[in-house]
Amino acid sequence: MLTTLLDPFHYAFFVKGLTVATLAGGLCGLIGVYITLRGMSYIGHGLSHAIFGGFAASSIIGVNYYLGAGLWGLASALAINRVTRKRRIGADAAIGVITTASFALGVALLTRYGHKGPSFDNALFGSILGIGAADIWALVAVTVFTVAVVLINYRALLFTTFDPDVADVSGVSVARLDALLMLVLSLSILATLTIIGVTLVAATLVIPAVVARMLTNRFAAMLWLSSGIGAACGFIGMNLSYHLDVPSGTTIVLTGAALFGVVLLLTGGRRLPRTAGLDHHDAALTAVVPTAS
Amino acid sequence: MTLSAADDVLITLKGATFGYDGAPVLSHVDLVVRSHDFVGVVGPSGSGKTSLLRLLLGTVRPQHGSIARRPGVAVAYVPQLETVNWNFPVTVAECVLMSRTRRTLPWASREERVEVARLLDRLGIGDLGHRHIRDLSGGQQQRMFIARALLRGPQLLLLDEPTSGVDVASRHDMLHLLGELNDEGVAILITTHDLNGVAAHLPQLVALNKTVIAAGTPREVITPAVLERTFGAPMEVLEHLGMQVVLDAYPGNRRKVSGC
Repeated sequence: MLTTLLDPFHYAFFVKGLTVATLAGGLCGLIGVYITLRGMSYIGHGLSHAIFGGFAASSIIGVNYYLGAGLWGLASALAINRVTRKRRIGADAAIGVITTASFALGVALLTRYGHKGPSFDNALFGSILGIGAADIWALVAVTVFTVAVVLINYRALLFTTFDPDVADVSGVSVARLDALLMLVLSLSILATLTIIGVTLVAATLVIPAVVARMLTNRFAAMLWLSSGIGAACGFIGMNLSYHLDVPSGTTIVLTGAALFGVVLLLTGGRRLPRTAGLDHHDAALTAVVPTAS
Repeated sequence: MTLSAADDVLITLKGATFGYDGAPVLSHVDLVVRSHDFVGVVGPSGSGKTSLLRLLLGTVRPQHGSIARRPGVAVAYVPQLETVNWNFPVTVAECVLMSRTRRTLPWASREERVEVARLLDRLGIGDLGHRHIRDLSGGQQQRMFIARALLRGPQLLLLDEPTSGVDVASRHDMLHLLGELNDEGVAILITTHDLNGVAAHLPQLVALNKTVIAAGTPREVITPAVLERTFGAPMEVLEHLGMQVVLDAYPGNRRKVSGC
C-alpha cells in the first residue's frame, strides 16, 4: 500500500507537478479569500477564460506565454473592474461579455491557426506533464509577489474588502488596491492555468476560501486556513490524479469539493450561513455613479 | 479654497450644486460646519442627505459653487448598519484597527492594542474586542464603527442614520455618547429621518430637500411650515415638556390629537 502511494515520487515529472500543484493550491487559496469576500467568485471563472484568449494569441504569434497571456488577462481584469466600478452594467454582465468573447476568440484562433506551447486540452483541464523549470520559477515568483502584496497592504486590503466606500473616504486608495488585486489574480491564474486548467481554476479560488470561512470567524485565520486547504487539495489531488489517471485539475477540485462536504457534515450545516453573505456589498456612498465631479 | 487654521470653521459650502448625469441632487447649498457643532440633517429619502455627506467627506466636488475646508482637517465617517456585510469574518478589534492603514505590518503593535482597548472601553464595549461583529447588538455595532472612526483622531465625525435599526434605549445611549464626544471637541454631523426620537434632541438642525430649507435650533426648524416644505406633507407640531413633537397631519391623527 505504502509502496504504491510512494511510487510516483520516483518520477521527477510527478515531483515537479506535485510541488507546483501544492504551491498553486496555496496561492489560489490565499487570493480566493479576497475574491470570495468581495463577491467576485465569478471573476475567477471569467478571467481564466479571458486569459485563454491571450494564451491562444501569444501561442500563435510566438510571444512568451506568460507575457502575452498575462498582459491579456490583466487588460481583461482591469476592463471588468472599470466597467463594474462605473456601474453602467452589472459585474456579472461585464464579466460575461468580456471574458466569453476573449475565450471564443482564443478557441477561434487556435482552431484556425494551430498552436505552439501548452496543448489545448492541457490548457482546458490541466496536466502535470510537461512542467518545466520556467513554470516552477514563474509560480514561485508570483507566490512571493502575492504574499508580499498581501503583507504590505494587509489592513488596506482588508478595509477595501470589508467596506470599500468607507475605506475610500478614510484615505485608502481603493482604485489602486483594486488594480493591484486584479494584477495578482491575473498572475495567479496565469501561473496555475496549465496545472489546473481554464475550466477548473475558479474552483481552486472559491472552494478553499468557502471551507475556511465555515471554520473561522477571524480574517487572519481565514487567510491561513484557506491557503493551507488549497495547498492540501493540490497535494492530495495531484496524487489522486496519478493513481486514477485523470487530469490533475479535476482531482484537485474534487478533493476540495469532498473537503467541503466533510466540513458541512461535521458542522451539521450550522456554519453554512456564514458563507451566505460572501457576495453582500451594499454601497451607501457609491450607490450612484461616482464619477460626477 | 481653504480656510484659516485659526478659524473655528471646519468646512464651508457656498452655493454648492451637485448631481448625477445632469440631474441635480443638491442645489445651491450653503452650510458652515464649525469645530464644536452638533448638527442633525433631516429630510426625506432622496433629499440629498447622503450626497451632502459625500461633499463634506470630499469624495465628490460641487459642480457649481464652492467648498472650503480648514487645512489638515480630519473627517471620519460612520456608515449605516444596513450597508454592512455582517457575515464578513472579522472581529470587533480587527474591524476597529482597519482604519490604521498606514502600518505596514499586518499585526497590531502594542501601542495600537492599548489604544483600541482604551477606545472600546471608552465606548462601553471593552470586553467585546474578540467577538465576531455579528455577535453584537445594533447599538454595540454602531459603537464599534464609532471606535473605528475615532481611531483616526477626527475633528469632524459624520454619521449616516446612526440610530436606524437600534432600539430606544440604544438610541438614547447613542445620542448621549455623541453629546459627550461633542463636549470633548469633536464636531458631529448626523443624518436622520427620526424627527421625534433624534432630531428634536439635537442642539442644531438643518432641514434639507435638494437645498437647505431651514437651519437653526429645533424650535426654529421643527415648524409646520418648514416640515411641509421639507417633507412635502402637512405635519403638526406640538410642544411637550419644552420639546417639539411632530405628528402627521392626516385627519385621523388630528382627531386623536384633539381628543387627548
